[in-house]
Amino acid sequence: MEVMVILVPLALALGLLGLIGFLWSLKSGQYEDLDGAAWRAIADDEQPPNPAPVQHER
Amino acid sequence: MLMTRDFSHYVKDVDADTAHLDLAVEGVSCAGCMAKIERGLSSIPEVTRARVNFTDRRLAIEWKKGAINPALFIDRLAELGYKAYPFEPMLAEIEEASRAKWLLTCLGVAAFASMNVMMLSIPIWVGTDMLPETRDFFHWLSALVVLPSAAYAGQPFFKSAWQALRARSVNMDVPISIGVILALGMSLVETINHAEHAYFDAAIMLLTFLLAGRFLDQKMRQRTRAVAGNLAALKAETATKFVGPDEIREVPIAAIIPGDIVLLRAGERCAVDGVVIEGRSEIDQSLITGETRHVAAERGVAVYAGTLNMSGSLRIKVSAAAEGTLLAEISRLLENALQARSRYVQLADRASRLYAPLVHITALLTMLGWVAFGASWHDAIVTAIAVLIITCPCALGLAIPAVQTVASGAMFRAGVLLNSGDAIERVAEVDTVVFDKTGTLTLPELDVVNAGAVPPAVFELAGRLALASHHPVAAAVARAAQARSPLADVVEEPGQGVRALLDGEELRLGSPSYCGAEAQALAVMSEDPEVSVVAFSRGEQRYVFAVRQQLRADAKDTIAALHARGVVVELLSGDREPAVRHAADTLGVAIWRAGVKPADKIAHIEALKRRGRKVMMVGDGMNDAPALAAASVSMSPISAAHLSQSTADLVFLGNELAPVVTAVDYARKAMRLMRENLALAIGYNVLAVPIAILGYATPLIAAVAMSGSSLLVMLNALRARRVN
Repeated sequence: MEVMVILVPLALALGLLGLIGFLWSLKSGQYEDLDGAAWRAIADDEQPPNPAPVQHER
Repeated sequence: MLMTRDFSHYVKDVDADTAHLDLAVEGVSCAGCMAKIERGLSSIPEVTRARVNFTDRRLAIEWKKGAINPALFIDRLAELGYKAYPFEPMLAEIEEASRAKWLLTCLGVAAFASMNVMMLSIPIWVGTDMLPETRDFFHWLSALVVLPSAAYAGQPFFKSAWQALRARSVNMDVPISIGVILALGMSLVETINHAEHAYFDAAIMLLTFLLAGRFLDQKMRQRTRAVAGNLAALKAETATKFVGPDEIREVPIAAIIPGDIVLLRAGERCAVDGVVIEGRSEIDQSLITGETRHVAAERGVAVYAGTLNMSGSLRIKVSAAAEGTLLAEISRLLENALQARSRYVQLADRASRLYAPLVHITALLTMLGWVAFGASWHDAIVTAIAVLIITCPCALGLAIPAVQTVASGAMFRAGVLLNSGDAIERVAEVDTVVFDKTGTLTLPELDVVNAGAVPPAVFELAGRLALASHHPVAAAVARAAQARSPLADVVEEPGQGVRALLDGEELRLGSPSYCGAEAQALAVMSEDPEVSVVAFSRGEQRYVFAVRQQLRADAKDTIAALHARGVVVELLSGDREPAVRHAADTLGVAIWRAGVKPADKIAHIEALKRRGRKVMMVGDGMNDAPALAAASVSMSPISAAHLSQSTADLVFLGNELAPVVTAVDYARKAMRLMRENLALAIGYNVLAVPIAILGYATPLIAAVAMSGSSLLVMLNALRARRVN
């Protein structure tokens, strides 16, 4: 039964990690456009950027 | 005159050197559109971010401040084939969005806790040979996970319950909060005392289920708001303002103040209230008064927002809102009607008013009963709390929101948007529908009625010529002829018409006198006094087009369908008697009144309500707004005046009237399902409560009963997707 000392905190820590991941994804706005996300997955990949504007460092 | 568009009102600053603009975009339908728009805008060097939100059909653009005029984006989108309108989110929508986000956070926390607690609870349920020390350890771990999670995720319920209690009333959240808090408190005490049963799992699972229901409900509402917001933006409420003697600028309505001078060209809808200071024209006030006859406008005449300028250009001095007698009268009536609007008690609240005391009395009796039969106070209290946990209205809390969410989603797909949450219940009870005529039973746009009487080739040519005119009647001809390619070198003669040369022949489109077709025009108008006429001449040939607002194509069927559902249909219009009589006869409406003033409309609806009828008002005009507010439930087409649309409980899209019947059907079905779900929830309690009273409600039974009943009502709610 000593193994529980490791397994139980490990399981809870993993669960907590999942929760933190979820809260992060919520905060970064990943649930704001669910329909769009579905479409983006099947969109063609970005074409090689045609005369790409030079991005200045900001 | 120089014309610029000024969008600075909508541009927000993100930081010192980045500006942000939200646009509502029409015509985004697939992944290709998103990629096309985003690439098309990102190729502008100064743009730092362009992202389409497909769910809301919106676009967010950020760029280096001062580098570009935002009007450029709209032009660029037009080149790509999309119409875009600057957009200002309404306060209500922002609040809904942040509440949805909060509920989702709470749901995430509750779901996390539920899943982890199951990991601890299942060993306790199945591990019959578990040592008491291990069980205590697992209970303590459960408490560690659940107590903080429940304190956080339960806030939506605790807050709402507290508000209800402070207002000395009861809502569904009161029994929920009491149940959850008592279950957690009792479990904690039991854990401290090394007892066998703790209900941490049941309490947090309850919160998870209920939060899922609340979140879905909120999401649906938020989506409706977003669509309504886009439609408001698409209606493009801008005005052309003079910023110099002959410099004009297109600005959003919000940036107009009383005293400004605006230009109203032929064919434009006025967006402000004001007084004409220069110019001469005819004004179509049908959206305000329901009257289809045009009013002459000249210096000194008051014009109202929502009216349509027919022929000439006008300069208008903007006056403070509701200075005009008509509008002042309407706003006064509207205010009174809104105040008198009796607050409808929702089914869920009615249920919980009965339910909460019943549950709490049952729990109390259980406790006293056990003590009377000689049980210890401790055992009696534990059993009473088990009763509360079992009866905690998990299914009841889901029974109604789940149906409402599914039904409003189905209505949304059928082109009906809900403005208020309890509208479904009120629509379900409707037994009388009162229609307005102009713009509701008829289409808001003008249409050519005698297209068959004119040779197709002539019709097409007239349509092409009409493309050059701004006059709404000419625009109707162009639309009906489906004209695409305008003729070259068209000369417009203000107040008369347009002319052009084609193969050496002169073509003219305009007033009958301009084309020399007075006799024909008189003949057409004597047949149907409702029509406006526009004449067309080619060389010596003369034709006259009769133009009027047509009845919606399915209006007759819709009214027949309402009759078939046992609904009484009435017609109340501000228009003149012959026009209303004609419409009523065509549509088979037996009860109608013409020339009705806004106050009379209210009086009529009040009289119907006093006779115990549940009245739905369907109207679009500004003059209908007070009546919309006075009715039990109200509906507006999307083309309605702003005031009416914001007063109406439901808004329907498209050129058909069928959504009125659809709404009634879905609402009735939803109401039936809500009742069924309530019955299911009560049936569950009848089965489960005796078990709890007898003291057999172990945590395992509580968990199974609760999730089982929740799933049952959820599945039943899914039936609201279809009506048949």
